[in-house]
Amino acid sequence: MDCDLVIVGGGGAGLRAALAATLADPGLDIVLVSKVVPMRSHTVAAEGGAAAVLRDDDSFAQHFDDTVSGGEWLCDQRAVEAFVAACPQELIQLERWGCPWSRQDDGRVQTRFFGGMRVQRTWFAADRTGFHMLHTLFQTSLRHPSIRRHDEFFCTDLLVDEHGLAGVLGVDIARGTPVLYRARAAVLATGGAGRVYAHNTNAGIVTGEGMALAAVHGVALRDLEFVQWHPTALPGSGILITEGCRGEGGLLLNAEGRRYLQDYDLGPPDPWPRPRAMELGPRDRLSQAFWHEDRARRTVTTPQGSAVLLDLRHLGAERLAERLPMISEVARRFLGIDPVTTPIPVRPAVHYTMGGVATGLDGATALPGLFAAGECASTGIHGANRLGSNSLAELLVFGRAAGEAAAAWSRNAPSAAGGSLLREAQARAGQAYALLAEGHQAGRPRVAELRTAMHAAMEDGVGIFRDAEGMQRACQALAELRARYRAGVALDDRSRSFNTEWLAAIELGHALQVAETIAHAALARRESRGAHRRRDAWSARDDANFLVHSLAYCDPQAAPRIEHVPVTLTRSAPGERSYGGAGARVALD
Amino acid sequence: MTDPETILIEVLRWHPDTPEAPWWQSYEVPYRADATLLEALQTIKDDLDGTLTFRWSCRMAICGSCGCMVNGRPELSCHLLLRDLAPGPVRLEPLAHFPVIRDLVIDQQDFLDKLPAVGAYLVPAEETEAAAAAPAAPSRQTPAQMADYYQYAQCINCLLCYSACPQYGLKPDFLGPAALALMARHDADSRDHGQAGRRAARDADTGVWDCTLVGHCTEVCPQGVDPARAINRNKTASARDYVFDLLLPGRRR
Repeated sequence: MDCDLVIVGGGGAGLRAALAATLADPGLDIVLVSKVVPMRSHTVAAEGGAAAVLRDDDSFAQHFDDTVSGGEWLCDQRAVEAFVAACPQELIQLERWGCPWSRQDDGRVQTRFFGGMRVQRTWFAADRTGFHMLHTLFQTSLRHPSIRRHDEFFCTDLLVDEHGLAGVLGVDIARGTPVLYRARAAVLATGGAGRVYAHNTNAGIVTGEGMALAAVHGVALRDLEFVQWHPTALPGSGILITEGCRGEGGLLLNAEGRRYLQDYDLGPPDPWPRPRAMELGPRDRLSQAFWHEDRARRTVTTPQGSAVLLDLRHLGAERLAERLPMISEVARRFLGIDPVTTPIPVRPAVHYTMGGVATGLDGATALPGLFAAGECASTGIHGANRLGSNSLAELLVFGRAAGEAAAAWSRNAPSAAGGSLLREAQARAGQAYALLAEGHQAGRPRVAELRTAMHAAMEDGVGIFRDAEGMQRACQALAELRARYRAGVALDDRSRSFNTEWLAAIELGHALQVAETIAHAALARRESRGAHRRRDAWSARDDANFLVHSLAYCDPQAAPRIEHVPVTLTRSAPGERSYGGAGARVALD
Repeated sequence: MTDPETILIEVLRWHPDTPEAPWWQSYEVPYRADATLLEALQTIKDDLDGTLTFRWSCRMAICGSCGCMVNGRPELSCHLLLRDLAPGPVRLEPLAHFPVIRDLVIDQQDFLDKLPAVGAYLVPAEETEAAAAAPAAPSRQTPAQMADYYQYAQCINCLLCYSACPQYGLKPDFLGPAALALMARHDADSRDHGQAGRRAARDADTGVWDCTLVGHCTEVCPQGVDPARAINRNKTASARDYVFDLLLPGRRR
């Protein structure tokens, strides 16, 4: 089918891009392709909030400084300047569209503390911020019939000709039939790749295929070695327990009942919440602190592994019900624990992919006509460690930018590709269908077998702390897994209708490629910075050699090629990254 | 009582390639007290039978994907622990009242079509183009004003309420609990200016008056939304508007 613009992914970034494109150009024929109905997208699970300067005691300069130091100066500063300036506008726009931001008594928007942020900068909707943002965007999209939704269509490939992007290939999941979207502009908004790890906070759909699709066509993946562990997830399942808990005053205790973060340069352990200190430190530092506590056996044992304790008891039943209702329900339902009376056992789990498809500020990639936004993209704002509540703001700011830029591009793009495109489409679609047709052949591994092996390789070699030996082991294991995958996987299900085993096999191929890229990008960074922390000869930060982004160029058959390019600095020279210490005492309202 | 080693899960299966007859299939799955029913289904998919088909995503009861009938009652599979289902067997069927695409996967298009039909979106005040493009500040809304609609805004569109609703089973064009709750959610929002546009759907044969006040929708809701209350509220509004329209002809836009 022909259209002007295809948006791949119906989460926050994709919906915001679609709305921006149709508002910029109401005559545009937009197709929103998503492997799930948009309100099922993983944005729905974001809990704590979205950052934007709102209060009188805050400023763009402070949001910039918190973000850049939080990212340990690997942030692209031009991108951060544009980002912090655009956040308030976007959160106000969401308010106009109906987002139920939590309010103060006088009706003004309420804000809360988040890790690494010196001011109460995080707008929230109780502890279901992503849910409310996503539903607000989805509901608003219903007002715009020029956004045609193809719910439960799975994107399998991109089509490229000499002018750039020429189309998108998909599968109608319910029927199992191939679909060709012929368009000169596409926005990838497919989310992150947290599911390449075993223990993660991500929904099952977060398998990284948008990154892999761009990479297959020569677009660089930037800074993939920076993977965020969220310090507070449930052991076993990895279900997220929001940082908002600590923003509200929650404490982290080890098995001895000690607020152990004071032992990791995050103290002093004030009884009041001190911004950028203790439990309000950044996620990389908190997850690394857990790792040390666990090795020192100062963690508690649960049936699902070791944990520390998140103590919310002092907040009281009323505040928990008002500010953290979902977390309270999750603890009751999944652990049989009432946080009003009992601390919640938590441990780090993979949460967010800081890197992604390399884009400019307008979401444009190196492939003309291809744009990317949200977690699958890398504008460079997160650097080596993302601050909590910057990603929900990001998907709005850069979702909008990508939607507007893609709309403008499609209006001026070269005419649709001709007959050769159809042949190319058939050839490429054939690859996906070959997987299905050959799935019965003997001796092939099951999808779950390869996936489990990928999880093991990543957890073992590319974890919270890394060393050369472990990363090399992971690279080797992933190369072997990719080779086995290319030789074919076993499928019980060879029918076409709603074949989720087949789709999982396609996802696995993309995930393996992203996983291998993460491992190689990590190995190539011979320093420690933010979430990339090494325990070998490169345990220190090295600004002289590694104040650089990594760019990974993927190869369908071989290991990715890693290059490094300088980081754009504007006004913040790399400095000491310090948390804790002398912060002002802050009263919670 | 010692834990069983396995639990029996029986699934009502159906495939469009062999549409004649659905069939029951049993799976014996390793039992772990704190595993969810969804995890048991994933074990079947990964290790025992890759053809078993079901939707899932967030595994924390917020995305609304994994609804199915569990021992005759609509539930989210991620939200039930095996401990609460032991010793089994556990009987799973697709959500009642919906066409089936395959196994536990139902066709949700009817619901998706009803969302725009009920005006399930906020209609902001008309603004100048410049103001709309760059709003300067959030509007104010007090906690009391939020309380008017907030509960209904918690709907995750999981469709359990449609499976519980006998009226929807009898009359599929009934707008149904979630859509009507979302209508009420927006009507009750102090920022909304779309009430007039929702009246026709509310007052139609398929709107609030079609509800027969059984209240099962509220009982099965995993998020504590009270669609029955939302519908009642709109019945009151509908009746009030009807009386006013009789008394004051020409009032209605």
